[in-house]
Amino acid sequence: MSGLGAVYRKELSDNFSSFRFVILFALIAMVSFIISYMAGVSLKDNLEGVAKPKFVFLMLFGTKGTLFSLVEFVAVFGPLIGLVLGFDAINGERAHGTLVKIVSQPIYRDAVINGKFLAGATTIAVLVVSVVLVISGFGLTLVGVVPGVEEILRLAIYVGISIFYISFWLGLSILFSIAFRSVATSFLASVALWIFLSFFVSLGASVLANAIAPVEKREGADPETVVANAQIKEGASLLSPMFIYSNATATIVDPMRKTTRSLVLMGPMEQMSSSRFQNPLSLGQSLVVVYPHLAALIALSLICFAVSYWIFMMQEIRT
Amino acid sequence: METQAIIQTTALTKRYDHQTAVDHLDFQVVEGEVFGFLGPNGAGKTTTLLMLLGLSRPTEGTASVCGLNPERKAMEVKKIVGYLPENVGFYGDMDAVQSLRYIADLNRIPGSEAQDRIHEVLKLVGLSEDGVKKVSAFSRGMKQRLGIAEVLLKDPKVMFLDEPTLGLDPDGAVRLIELIQSLNQERKITVLLSSHHLQQVQKISHRVGIMIKGRMVAEGSVDALAREKFGVGEEKFTLEEIYMKYFQEV
Repeated sequence: MSGLGAVYRKELSDNFSSFRFVILFALIAMVSFIISYMAGVSLKDNLEGVAKPKFVFLMLFGTKGTLFSLVEFVAVFGPLIGLVLGFDAINGERAHGTLVKIVSQPIYRDAVINGKFLAGATTIAVLVVSVVLVISGFGLTLVGVVPGVEEILRLAIYVGISIFYISFWLGLSILFSIAFRSVATSFLASVALWIFLSFFVSLGASVLANAIAPVEKREGADPETVVANAQIKEGASLLSPMFIYSNATATIVDPMRKTTRSLVLMGPMEQMSSSRFQNPLSLGQSLVVVYPHLAALIALSLICFAVSYWIFMMQEIRT
Repeated sequence: METQAIIQTTALTKRYDHQTAVDHLDFQVVEGEVFGFLGPNGAGKTTTLLMLLGLSRPTEGTASVCGLNPERKAMEVKKIVGYLPENVGFYGDMDAVQSLRYIADLNRIPGSEAQDRIHEVLKLVGLSEDGVKKVSAFSRGMKQRLGIAEVLLKDPKVMFLDEPTLGLDPDGAVRLIELIQSLNQERKITVLLSSHHLQQVQKISHRVGIMIKGRMVAEGSVDALAREKFGVGEEKFTLEEIYMKYFQEV
């Protein structure tokens, strides 16, 4: 790949030395300190009365403190990191008049976009890994629980999924930076899409489900309608990468989670017995549960990148 | 002068949706010469240059640069052709040496060699003193010089200079033109120069081509064009007058 290395190195050093990165880093550092503090404090309450807690270390990442857990934070604000790193990737170079100069060097045209994407993904990986390490470090001193092998494995998988998720948004913002000539337009467009996909789709999904298969009262409702309602809601929510990400990380970070809890109608005694005798899902089974969402997330990223690649290769280089 | 054509186009055509930017263009540039590539804005000069570099695909016709077809062998062509785009841009937060190092990196010039080459080209364009200055603090003339330094870094056989004198003050334009002339004479680089500073172009060009509305309406030495249009040689007419004459006729 001629030129890929050069573009990658330059973009990576740009990413790390830019003011943008300093802001991102400050934000990330703040968030990881707050999260580890909140998680550490609430962890003590959560563990009270539990006879034999399992996966305590993972709770640092998955339990909701007073505000949010790391998993929730990444799901909601992770995209913003991707967007910030990519929204001016191509049109910024166009505006500065550097794009023509770069592609007139003996490099393949795709080296520019590949290099930028890979450099962005590397930056994201560094950010995510450092946040997880900071929280782990704090957790070790605050909680005093050493992570087991399985917990480390699960964390590694979680980090991988998160990098893919944020990279999807990076790819999307690079796509917009190719499609729109103005930097401001591409930033606004990607933020608008982020808001739409992350917040409005889930709202729209329940509206749609209730319109097609209305369930007014839980008790005594027709089971078929309840199932249809849930299916429509789930299907429509798949449009939202945030929903996919939340589902893809669900049983990985929180092995105790019951995926069907909201749908099954249980009596109080049943509920009590199920909560008393619950056991964590094994790692293999967790992966089986999240696999479809994981595949969807990876497919989304690849499709997004393929589309931007295609547009960029077809586009007239002239501004 | 007629030796070997280093650039040759045959019926080169570029059509955008409804408009023809370059219309069956035939011209050639001879090895070792400075070719003045003239024409009003929007005549299709930049489009032609992009097609010669393989950055834009011709709708019809073919081009040949150093015997290579830029459509098929874009990489080889870009290795030997240096292109200075109109309004070339730089990364404002880099200094001159860093900018050049990035270009050297893109051209796969190894680090130790790049170091020497960077100092050499900076000296050549008269920016030795400004190597560690941020490019954003450069004047327009200095930026154009840095642009030429970037082009020289790959030791090109041919240079395409697209409006290098645009927006320069008269003194800056004269000095830049002199630099281009010395590069042509001392380094034997063939130059394809597009500019609106006709007086300067006349001074250094061996031949000129006038492109209007996507067609090459005249090609030859200034003297030959003057004879063709006015019946008298170059000494009587400036390139400007010849250019205006052609322009009014189209």
